[in-house]
Amino acid sequence: MATDYCTPLDITQIEHNFAEINPAMSAAEAMQEANRCLYCYDAPCMHACPTHIDVPAFIKKIASGNVSGSARVIFDANPIGASCARVCPVEVLCEGACVEKTLINKPIEIGRLQRYATDHALKNGKQIFTKGEPNGKSVGIVGSGPAGLSCATYLARLGYDVTVYERREQAGGLDTYGMAEYKMSKSVSLSEVEHVERMGVRFVTNTEVVGKTKAEFDETPWKMIEFRHLISENDAVFLATGLGATNRLNIPGEGLDGVFDALDFIERVKTRDWRSVPLGRNVVVIGAGNTAIDAVTQAKRLGADKVTLMYRRSEKDAPAYDYEIELARKDGIEFLWQTVPVAVGGDERVSRIRVRQGEREFDIECDQVIKAIGQQKMASFFTDVLGIETDEKGRVVVNENLQTSDPKIFAGGDCSNGGKEAVDASQMGKLAAIGIHEVLTGSKVEFAGAVVRTPPKAPLDPNPH
Amino acid sequence: MADLTNNFAGIRSPNPFWLASAPPTNMGSMIERAFDAGWGGAVWKTLGEPITNVSSRLAGLDHGPMRLIGLNNIELITDRSLEINLREMAECKKKYPNHAVIASLMVESKKEAWQEITKRTQDTGCDGFELNFGCPHGMSERGMGAAMGQVPEYTCMVTEWVKEVSNIPVIVKLTPNVTHIVPPGQAAQRGGADAVSLINTINSVMGVDVDTMIPYPNVNGMAAHGGYCGTAVKPIALNMVSELARDAEFNIPISGIGGINTWRDAVEFMLLGAGNVQVCTAVMHYGYRIVEDMIDGLNTYLDSKGFASANDIVGKSVHRMTDWGNLDLNYDVKARVNEEKCIQCNLCYVACEDGAHQSFEFVESNGKRYPRVIEKECVGCNLCYLVCPSPGAIEMVRVDAGGPTQSWRERTAGN
Repeated sequence: MATDYCTPLDITQIEHNFAEINPAMSAAEAMQEANRCLYCYDAPCMHACPTHIDVPAFIKKIASGNVSGSARVIFDANPIGASCARVCPVEVLCEGACVEKTLINKPIEIGRLQRYATDHALKNGKQIFTKGEPNGKSVGIVGSGPAGLSCATYLARLGYDVTVYERREQAGGLDTYGMAEYKMSKSVSLSEVEHVERMGVRFVTNTEVVGKTKAEFDETPWKMIEFRHLISENDAVFLATGLGATNRLNIPGEGLDGVFDALDFIERVKTRDWRSVPLGRNVVVIGAGNTAIDAVTQAKRLGADKVTLMYRRSEKDAPAYDYEIELARKDGIEFLWQTVPVAVGGDERVSRIRVRQGEREFDIECDQVIKAIGQQKMASFFTDVLGIETDEKGRVVVNENLQTSDPKIFAGGDCSNGGKEAVDASQMGKLAAIGIHEVLTGSKVEFAGAVVRTPPKAPLDPNPH
Repeated sequence: MADLTNNFAGIRSPNPFWLASAPPTNMGSMIERAFDAGWGGAVWKTLGEPITNVSSRLAGLDHGPMRLIGLNNIELITDRSLEINLREMAECKKKYPNHAVIASLMVESKKEAWQEITKRTQDTGCDGFELNFGCPHGMSERGMGAAMGQVPEYTCMVTEWVKEVSNIPVIVKLTPNVTHIVPPGQAAQRGGADAVSLINTINSVMGVDVDTMIPYPNVNGMAAHGGYCGTAVKPIALNMVSELARDAEFNIPISGIGGINTWRDAVEFMLLGAGNVQVCTAVMHYGYRIVEDMIDGLNTYLDSKGFASANDIVGKSVHRMTDWGNLDLNYDVKARVNEEKCIQCNLCYVACEDGAHQSFEFVESNGKRYPRVIEKECVGCNLCYLVCPSPGAIEMVRVDAGGPTQSWRERTAGN
């Protein structure tokens, strides 16, 4: 690969381009914004948050100067509250439901306030929750992403001996490896991992959980552990594996040099070793989900001259959030809607992509193609290797306790919901911990935001005026 | 444009907005700048025997992001020499013959002392006196200020001393640090006062620094109670102004003071009987410039209501203040939620559940959940209406038939 196949920009410019899109609040800004919150009762934002954080409570604690207490409220309902503060689609969740949006179209900046409080706690190294009295039971967790981390946190709080297995070098899953760098650096996710580690949870990284150790895996850089060991060593196993590899285009030329997976591209960006990120001058990204947006915006921010987002359907069909598409538009991305890739062309290195628009076929010049067309489900791993039931879309089927068809195996996060937000996975981790505890001990615990319920109506005066 | 000119107990000014005796009226050049900004009159920072002030001397009460909804101070009367103040007062009056320049006075409780300062001061050509019987801190420990105003006999006596030698109107400034404002007001009138002004500041401790545990304002690790003023005291001032205004035996003009920030505040004071108003804290916070909108807003208001003169609104609401026992027990209002304006913050709901009469329930409507009033439980207390952040979302609706009225006094008459 040519040495110029990387960013043409100087580091100062790149750092500028990758400045946080939602910067930290100063104390004065946080105070002003926190005071703007109306302190709604049974608040719409709390209902809208998948983890049902008591948003008015944490905001009023910022306003009262009790920032540590604020962080406790957040982490109590969402162990990855610092990550979610940065990567949550707040426009369609808490801030979308905010009554100040209804009243004056200016929702409270809940995400940034959440960041203010959680940063305060993480920066001060404050241990908010600690391991519960050991209850003699152990759980193995496969995957250290949002669902795995969340489940590990609540189980540790209940006194379980928890071991989390992670194929990658670092824990945190997509929060560590998959979020656009201008939204969040991996250090945030890693500090949340450390917080869980300090609760006594063991993280076994560089270790893939497999059905059976195979010779062909010997060349992998990571270790392997057979699933049956997890089952025999633990009272329960929680699957939080996420999704599999990026889908294939299944068109000629897909193997050419210069064709990348979006997640690989994003992961390279996240090293912040800017010159090591493969980057063409004329980049085509295929797909229109939120990952595709992360790919186009970051390719552009790294200095590609032209970045094109190509999608087989129309803009209104695009799975990415509207505000994400708007962000890409502001970054100067070109859009090719209703355009289907037919073949990638070039001699060894990509030089063009042949596309079809309706009846018309033509070539587009490009020197990099990034695929962002969704991730595969690992259905065969679940059904053939673990012997648990999946649905027609390849998602692990679970009951209300997040228990799979194998009573010892529980599942949550993308592998079970098909791929949603980190905050959704976090909630499933919480529900799984509650489910595991109920199945193993017969007792029902409740954690903050496990369910959201309107307080019962107060009794009326029996002797009315 | 309505006529804003003011004649307060014979003291004329271009408008009813005066600066109260306080730091903004500390010296001639300040008052001259205030007049240039539009203020109609100014009560000079209280003159008296030289004093020494402490540092620091102010403390503020904030509410959320709102700074200084209340202010307190432990500053004493002027720390400038009487000669300088009197010279500047004479110059100022010469330069601004149409503006009201009032001299605030406070000396020890001796007839000679009061009469001497009165005579010396009126030689400046000032338009009137204001006797400071209200200052609650520092001076009161020396038998002055509020120590005078809290004893009606003293109030009457000192007023008489000043009136004996004064040939210009005398205003007595009353302290609110009394159980009932009418006796001191009547005492001033008995002593011959031409008018009263109220309220002076209220005894207060503003708070404690929870880190150092030193109360505010910190004077080398110690604090003393001070005089409270600003937005937060307005309701107390309005009550005292209206109490005097509706007292049958009290019939001299009232200069209203206490938490006035805007023309609207001023109008409220005037409706409840104030012939003019005095402002301090708002100017200490934002500067003399605030008078521009006070004048402009008052003008707009008077025009919109069809009043030719600001004097026409003085006392217009006094007859609407009465004792509780005279209120109509048959009048009945209920809260109603306007779903179109409701933003679903549910503050009405929780306020009523925990702070009133449990008169709200949730209902589903158009796919949303709204609070709704259970009318038979609602006592018409206004709480939900008061906490609602969305204008128009809660209305208080009259539900009685408008039949005959009956007060508690009427109901219990003959018992």
